[in-house]
Amino acid sequence: MSIMQYNGSAVVAMTGKNCVAIAADKRLGQRALTVDMGFDKVFPMTNRLYVGLAGLATDVKTLHDRFRMHVNLYKHREERTIAPKTFAHMVSHMLYERRFGPYFVEPVIAGLDDNQQPFICNMDLIGCPNFPNDFVVCGTADENLFGMCESLWEPDLGPEELFETISQALLNAVDRDAMSGWGAIVHILTPDGVITRELKGRMD
Amino acid sequence: MEFGLQLNERPMEAPREAHGHNHWNPYVDTGGTSLAIAGEDFVLVASDTRQSDGYNINTRYDSKAFELSNKTVLALSICSADGKRLYEILEQRAQLYFHKHDKPIGTEALAQLLSNTLYSRRMFPYYVFPILAGVKADGKGVAYSYDALGNMKDVTHIAYGSAAALVQPFLDSQVGFANQRNADPNRQLTRDQAMRIAIDAFTGSTERDIYTGDWLEIFVVDATGVHKEVRELKHD
Repeated sequence: MSIMQYNGSAVVAMTGKNCVAIAADKRLGQRALTVDMGFDKVFPMTNRLYVGLAGLATDVKTLHDRFRMHVNLYKHREERTIAPKTFAHMVSHMLYERRFGPYFVEPVIAGLDDNQQPFICNMDLIGCPNFPNDFVVCGTADENLFGMCESLWEPDLGPEELFETISQALLNAVDRDAMSGWGAIVHILTPDGVITRELKGRMD
Repeated sequence: MEFGLQLNERPMEAPREAHGHNHWNPYVDTGGTSLAIAGEDFVLVASDTRQSDGYNINTRYDSKAFELSNKTVLALSICSADGKRLYEILEQRAQLYFHKHDKPIGTEALAQLLSNTLYSRRMFPYYVFPILAGVKADGKGVAYSYDALGNMKDVTHIAYGSAAALVQPFLDSQVGFANQRNADPNRQLTRDQAMRIAIDAFTGSTERDIYTGDWLEIFVVDATGVHKEVRELKHD
């Protein structure tokens, strides 16, 4: 088992019509042993931008702190909040800086840009970015999530439809993965604000 | 804990051919995916037809689901050669049964025979994960899933093969109604619904799994017999 699978995780983001959703499971484990059922993997960077971090939990925490620092520095220097695309390139740069001693984390970025258009992005652990227009997945349940998203997702979903779609995709994916699950959290980013819901899932 | 060893592992393993100083390996994975959905009075079996070896496609049309009788279909994932041999053995045993008892072998009897046949090779197993699907004596649809050793379970929905991880959670959701609190648990799928779910599962898998694609063979088994349909999947 690789170090990417040591703690277990599942993160997914999907685009909708003028909205975007990001969701993650809540498990923290050490291989097969579950340690915590309330471990956050998705963090707000601005009120229009969230980042999800799947992979080694210690690096999840370190990177979250470093991202927060850089986003705050950007705000002070530029006197404006960071755009999702800018943030994605910053994350990519920070990961590639550690090309030969990487953080064992695959980030997922979801946000709304200045025109309220959805933006999603994911990267590998050395920061190779990917900007699809449908959905991105990562973590130990990535194959399961791909299967779910590929068949459930459709273009131009509204916020509530998008919530149902991403919730079904995540819950059914983690139920077939022993390393992730134990509850989930979903954030829907809309022009009017962020809707955050915690999902009850199977606890086994 | 051996962290050093884990850190040296590559995050992803590319398919390689075993040769040179590597020990000879009798098992070959030729990819492909099969699924079964059992309804009230029918059962549906679907398999793709791509046969591959690593990054090469050997053939775009290699069936891995076979009719064993007018009541039963057998789908065999992972190793095409082992699957065909296993099918031949069961086909012969089904013929012998017919001539001995003057009636076709039933689905339940075939299911147990398959388990016994697999277990008879306990020390050198066939590299197959079979799904046996058919209608029982009472006309109800049933699907049995097996591992390579003969462990057997009757299921309402199952996916095996290279895209099993992609298809299984989708079937849990759409056939098993998992995580749908408002769904009626006794709701039964119709043939058309099962057909649509199977097609969606394979079009989705074909997008992401390189070992699944080309053509899709769908068998619907009911009291009137086996009905086969072939559909096109993406060839890339």
